[in-house]
Amino acid sequence: MAEIKYIKAPLTAETVKSLHAGDVVRISGYIYTARDAAHKRLTEALARGEKLPLDLKDNVIYYVGPSPTKPGEVVGSAGPTTSGRMDKYTPTLIQQGMRGMIGKGLRSKEVIDACVKYGAVYFVAVGGAAAVISKSIVGEQMIAYEDLGPEAIRRYEVKDFPAIVCIDTYGNDFYKEGIAKYSKE
Amino acid sequence: MREIDVKQVTEAVAKLCKDSCYYLPEELLAFYKEAVNREESPLGKEILNTIIENAELAKSKDVPICQDTGLTVVFMEIGQDVHFIGGDLYTAIHAGVADGYVKGYLRKSSVDDPVFVRKNTNDNTPAIIHTTIVSGDKVKITVCPKGCGSENMGAMKMLKPADGVEGIIKFVVDTVRSAGPNPCPPVTVGVGVGGNMEKAALLAKYSLTRKVGEHNKNPQYAELETKLLDLVNKTGVGPSGLGGRITAVAVNIEYAPTHIGGMPVAVNLNCHAARRAEMVL
Repeated sequence: MAEIKYIKAPLTAETVKSLHAGDVVRISGYIYTARDAAHKRLTEALARGEKLPLDLKDNVIYYVGPSPTKPGEVVGSAGPTTSGRMDKYTPTLIQQGMRGMIGKGLRSKEVIDACVKYGAVYFVAVGGAAAVISKSIVGEQMIAYEDLGPEAIRRYEVKDFPAIVCIDTYGNDFYKEGIAKYSKE
Repeated sequence: MREIDVKQVTEAVAKLCKDSCYYLPEELLAFYKEAVNREESPLGKEILNTIIENAELAKSKDVPICQDTGLTVVFMEIGQDVHFIGGDLYTAIHAGVADGYVKGYLRKSSVDDPVFVRKNTNDNTPAIIHTTIVSGDKVKITVCPKGCGSENMGAMKMLKPADGVEGIIKFVVDTVRSAGPNPCPPVTVGVGVGGNMEKAALLAKYSLTRKVGEHNKNPQYAELETKLLDLVNKTGVGPSGLGGRITAVAVNIEYAPTHIGGMPVAVNLNCHAARRAEMVL
């Protein structure tokens, strides 16, 4: 396996430039959760000219809707959801300063273009490996939209969260590279 | 005539919801352990090992394998000599789902209205229930919660007789290839052929209740399953769609008689966390 890069979140412009598609990373620090309904509310709030409930600058959004937390645990199972459903909203959030996203699955050309233009990266985590991923989430705080239940925005404190750089600031897409390498069609 | 109190159904469904979300079927876990050796991609091997570690951790802690504990699909084969007492059968099934999801710390992912309101029902009801009447006095309940990452990548096409087996092969392989990483591969590919539009879709879903290693009893369809699995694995999608050999666990085909003018085909993909638990009352 490739050498593991240990990085801190929130990210810096320098950090994202140093990352390349295919890099294996461990992320420590603070990240925010948001998925379909939260993205809709965030972009609607921006369209109305309102202040967002979180400052997106340099932050990483994790596309996740966790299962409920069992007594004695920090979080429930919390693996990535399919990122493509957020594509419609993502370029707007990147323009607001968002530096990173964690999810799984394909992204649109618009998202890749925004990553290059504004300097953001798309990380993927292993979909369905929710129990293992939860071990790296060591703290949780409710931030906004609590009425959305699993779709509410939470802040996670993470320690060595396992991910792979999929789309980098140079426009590379690791899904395309990986699949092309093993295709026998 | 055998009487069964619907309370038994509620209790069974509640247990099956939890068991299916915590415990990956044994034969599927065994498949991943064997597949690690066949995977050519080093990253793919690592991902398969993560999938195995995750399944074992979820089992040891009684927590969901995946946070998306899905919509709850319930297949019931009801012996025609059974008489349910003590209440309404469907109400009892929904009560079992609600109990299992609330007390089992499973995620509630069901919204009441698909377009306008989209308000969470907060107990994962309603279940999606498929009942068939069979001979005998037993009731078989199979609970298969299924997440939306894989469900969203399903497809259906009203192929015509002239499209032939080549048309089916192309549609199935195209569906898996274009789904890429989204359905969380290695996927189980459920294929329904024949019947009409809704029959094909239901057959595709039903085929996902099979255990790994079981093939269609018709040798021509069994052979097509093997051929399709080989072709799907040649796409290079691999574990998590990051490239590799093991794109699918199996291709399961169910078929039904159809109209002289049609050959409908439906593909329902299941993620690597292909959850299933069953019980006979």
